[in-house]
Amino acid sequence: MKKLLIALMFAPFVAFVAAPAAIASEAGYRLDRAPIDPNDVVSLQSGARTFANYCMNCHGAQFLRYNRLADIGLTEAQIKDNLLFAGDKVGETMKTAMTAKDGKVWFGVAPPDLSVVARSRGGDWLYTYLRTFYRDPGTASGWNNAVFPNVGMPHALWTLQGERGLEIATKKEGGHETHEYKWSQVSAGRQSTTQYDTTVRDLVNYLVWMGEPTANSRKKIGVVVLYFLGVLFVLAYAMKREFWKDVH
Amino acid sequence: MATPIAAVWNWIDERMPTLGEEYRKHMSEYYAPKNFNFWYYFGALSILVLVIQIVSGIFLTMNYKPDAALAFGSVEYIMRDVPGGWLIRYIHSTGASMFFVVVYLHMFRALLYGSYKKPRELVWIFGVIIYLSLMAEAFFGYLLPWGQMSYWGAQVIVNLFSSVPFIGPDLSILIRGDYVVSDATLNRFFALHVIAVPLVLIGLVAAHILALHDVGSNNPDGVDIKKNKDANGRPLDGIPFHPYYTVKDVAGAIIFLAVFCAILFFVPEMGGYFLEYNNFVPADPLKTPLHIAPVWYFTPYYSILRAVPPLFNSQFPGVMAMGLATMILFLLPWLDRDPVKSIRYRGGYFKSALAIFVVTFFVLGYLGTEPTNVWGQFGAWMGNADRATVAARVFTLLYFAFFILMPWYTAMDKSKPVPDRVTM
Repeated sequence: MKKLLIALMFAPFVAFVAAPAAIASEAGYRLDRAPIDPNDVVSLQSGARTFANYCMNCHGAQFLRYNRLADIGLTEAQIKDNLLFAGDKVGETMKTAMTAKDGKVWFGVAPPDLSVVARSRGGDWLYTYLRTFYRDPGTASGWNNAVFPNVGMPHALWTLQGERGLEIATKKEGGHETHEYKWSQVSAGRQSTTQYDTTVRDLVNYLVWMGEPTANSRKKIGVVVLYFLGVLFVLAYAMKREFWKDVH
Repeated sequence: MATPIAAVWNWIDERMPTLGEEYRKHMSEYYAPKNFNFWYYFGALSILVLVIQIVSGIFLTMNYKPDAALAFGSVEYIMRDVPGGWLIRYIHSTGASMFFVVVYLHMFRALLYGSYKKPRELVWIFGVIIYLSLMAEAFFGYLLPWGQMSYWGAQVIVNLFSSVPFIGPDLSILIRGDYVVSDATLNRFFALHVIAVPLVLIGLVAAHILALHDVGSNNPDGVDIKKNKDANGRPLDGIPFHPYYTVKDVAGAIIFLAVFCAILFFVPEMGGYFLEYNNFVPADPLKTPLHIAPVWYFTPYYSILRAVPPLFNSQFPGVMAMGLATMILFLLPWLDRDPVKSIRYRGGYFKSALAIFVVTFFVLGYLGTEPTNVWGQFGAWMGNADRATVAARVFTLLYFAFFILMPWYTAMDKSKPVPDRVTM
């Protein structure tokens, strides 16, 4: 009975970890798992380069300082030469040159800041979203997205992926709508599908890192703290046993 | 002559004997039953978490900016640029949820062993007020990061007050200080979160403990240890709180801190339950999120709120039901008519009722985290009603039935004989 109660008590915790609260994908497009690795420094650096070259024209990362990129193995000289375009100092944050007002006029909504986008959207959503743009003459930008329908953002990486087309067939079965997606390549990009997937993986890896730059050291410190508490418990338990010897 | 420490102590004791008297009364000569089990850790742990929250909160206020334009950024500043800031912030966010975990378990202990019964009714009442204050504290604090869930959660809760007949609209403006949740709201919630409610909480905790120490602690057998005393007037089944329970609670606290740190260092978001994903999007008064869910510790009551259908286009019945669901806790000592305290000696009716109540609380809690269409709809024969809404209604009735039917099922219950002395 006692053990059962204790097991029941911890069951919700297990459920919390095993089944995270849903991050909604608007159209119900099945998300691909992002094969990211927070310890892959080369991938993080490649993602940082893609971010600076392609994303930062419109999106900023106003909470991340350039010199924080030292955490993913870049030197101050490398940051200055390869990533600092607007003549900022390395101590400044990665702001975009575009103003929110211009963004709103050009895209309908101001491009959001991406500092913590990976924490609200999740890596899988970003990884799928950045790989599912398609040509759509019906939208203002000429682009649409399978994960985020009618998004205001055009395909910023289209020169790499090329242009793709998408036909969505909607089937109705017993009140439930199901969609079938049929992709086609309209024109080729500079990268093959595999190369492009790697580019996006690196970018998402970087975005996840940028969402919480302390995540790697957090886990390392956590291991030390738990070992410390383990040793402390052995001593505290021995003390309890000693004091309680005379309680019958 | 005495050692230097004893000399200092004597010097103080001669000038302020109260200190020693209180120490003896509440620590070294407070006799607690010797048979406390696992469930008796959570009172001390609640105090531990209260201290953790106050200390981490002090450090957070050093860098947090209660300003609608700066609040979100200042939290990210703490997470990135303040040395150790991420640790302090995660301690505080994990602590908020863990506070409710230990308080819920502490309250469940009271249900298990009848700790709310005579002569401990006041201890229970102070406890319920602490629980309600804690909810207020958590609600005010949740606005401060100024994310989408902070903003829209506050909007939903404050709008509940506007459904109160006659005074509602004015009342909600009084709470917000504006027509919508805004900078003015953030500033007053900050004041309430860091000063007002914590002061109330500390006072109530003191009252809770003083009231407990006047009547003495209950125990898993629910027997009164003061009935059997030795020649010196000490309870035969009692042991001094210090050192026995201080050393025991230290060991328990280390286990608790290990759980706390495992969450803090490895899964600080706890799958979106401790830190909601949508709260990493800055508050946008013009963009309502598709699905607004409160943090997990409020969700059982949120379910009750949503389950009650509106009357005359007013949400007030739901708000009333939610309020009653918490207020009814105050009546518990008088609803329970069985003189036997501990579940060990109580009859099948109470055991079953408590089991159903626990399941009810979890189901309502789960449903509150999900949109009402989570389980799909019934067919046309049920008017295409949402399954989850119907379930929430059934479980809301079960929640109230636990309390309202209690005078009958506890009076009819067949309890077992209670021993004279505690069992180990």
